[in-house]
Amino acid sequence: MSAVRSIWSPLRDGLAQIGACGIFLFRILRAIPLSLRYLRETVRQIFFVGAMSLVIIMTCGLFVGMVLGLQLYHTLSIFGGTAALGTVVALSLYRELGPVVTALLFAGRAGTSITAEIGLMRATDQLDAMEMMAVDPLAFVVAPRFLAGVIAMPILACVFNGLGILGAHLVGVSWLGLDNGTFWSNMTANVDVWDDVVNGVWKSTAFGAVVTLIATFQGYTTAPTSEGVAYATTRTVVFSSIATLMIDFVMTAFLM
Amino acid sequence: MPTLSDSHDDGPLIRIRGLRTVLNGKTIFDGVDLDIPRGGITAIMGPSGTGKTTLMRHITGQLAPDAGAISVDGLEVGRIDRDALFALREKIGYLFQNSALLTDYSVFENVAFPLRQHLKLPEEIVRNIVLTKLQAVGLRGAAELMPSELSGGMVRRVALARAIVRDPMMIIYDEPFVGLDPIALNQILKLIRTLNQTLGITSILVAHELAAVRRVADHIYLLAGGKIVAHGVPEDLARGETPWTRQFFSGEADGPVPFHYPAPDYATQLGLSSAGRDAATLTPPLDPRAAPPSPALRARDEGVAARHPEPKA
Repeated sequence: MSAVRSIWSPLRDGLAQIGACGIFLFRILRAIPLSLRYLRETVRQIFFVGAMSLVIIMTCGLFVGMVLGLQLYHTLSIFGGTAALGTVVALSLYRELGPVVTALLFAGRAGTSITAEIGLMRATDQLDAMEMMAVDPLAFVVAPRFLAGVIAMPILACVFNGLGILGAHLVGVSWLGLDNGTFWSNMTANVDVWDDVVNGVWKSTAFGAVVTLIATFQGYTTAPTSEGVAYATTRTVVFSSIATLMIDFVMTAFLM
Repeated sequence: MPTLSDSHDDGPLIRIRGLRTVLNGKTIFDGVDLDIPRGGITAIMGPSGTGKTTLMRHITGQLAPDAGAISVDGLEVGRIDRDALFALREKIGYLFQNSALLTDYSVFENVAFPLRQHLKLPEEIVRNIVLTKLQAVGLRGAAELMPSELSGGMVRRVALARAIVRDPMMIIYDEPFVGLDPIALNQILKLIRTLNQTLGITSILVAHELAAVRRVADHIYLLAGGKIVAHGVPEDLARGETPWTRQFFSGEADGPVPFHYPAPDYATQLGLSSAGRDAATLTPPLDPRAAPPSPALRARDEGVAARHPEPKA
């Protein structure tokens, strides 16, 4: 009996959290029309979560592309297929690695800062103060960050993909001597804009929504203590990473 | 006893009847009746944890009661929709216990925040209003500073300027004197009195400091054990003619509000009696959730014994 309870209790809490998160999403969506009044705040958040994440996204994109180029060149050379390097790298990045790795980096870089910021606003009564000034914190604080995440994530993923392909080109063409024309022509011939690039954009948009939803939810509902904010920040990274990979599988299954 | 149906514009600004609140299994209020008259300074006092801030959250519609009715300016807070509640809040200034300034905004932008959110005023008028309010609290020269650059007393005064920037009909001060040095405390006291007299704002003052409260309050409600245990003008309450007022205003450690948190028998828990040794091993660890609602409520429930406490063994 106690074994059943020990399994059921966290499962029930988890389901309750998912339900509460769903209700929170509904409240955010309802607050979005009102948040359009705070366009300047939304632009400010796009700068914070998007532009301020560029350095880490570009650096990681470049190195992921270089590693891909190196690994795939050696694997493809076994079969004499190094000419396909550009194609394989581009498809890997557009379809999977770009959206997923960007989402994971975004959760660590921007998601945590969103959670900590909103959590501290909760702990210092700033959200209550807004309520008392007849300002809806969902419209003024949460919705602009949610919109910023949804807008910034696909752009960041595109930047990641671009730097990844550049990294693979550096390794494959400049270092290992693959023909430049072969690299690009095979890539452009085999990568489809709608099936590969746009599907990747859809994925990263969904990941942007999920990661910022989790980050804002964790911050908004955090216990108003320093320990509560610390736990909420950790949960943001853990839950965002798990949700990203789960949704990636579901979307891949539907978009293939 | 008047009912809510009597409420009209020249009646009390706030009228509370039969308020009952249970939070996490603890009874916070158990039949509270209270009137706050217009234009005066009413102090809500009581032991820590007795629910004074919770009462303010009821008045401002941040928390719904389990039973009872709260009327503010003729509107029953629990029954109005969100838009009406926000419209009501626009007429209420609230000074939070920790001031709750927006930390990313300068002093000027903090005070201007309610104006920018609700009124489309030309920037010059916003500037003039904000500087006027900052002048009133003596911080016009600190307009460009950030909250992190201010002292505790200055933060409190900025929050006060923000609370009055839209000329509210009522202002709630939640523990405005906590952590202030005597100079800052006197500054806040002076502001509370001045704002009340010059603007005719109804003021609710939640505080513990009797000496400070006596200097400004017109009326005091003493809240303990989930009920209003005494109310009247400060001079009458300060005489301490009931066990509650005597303990609270003279600061006695024990009385209707007991010194000890509810606990099992001391000797039994230490295992000093033969019966206790067995019982001690069986006594489960203290679970605060299983304890009676609060020390004050326990005292009230113990009736006569609590009102005439015996020395503890």
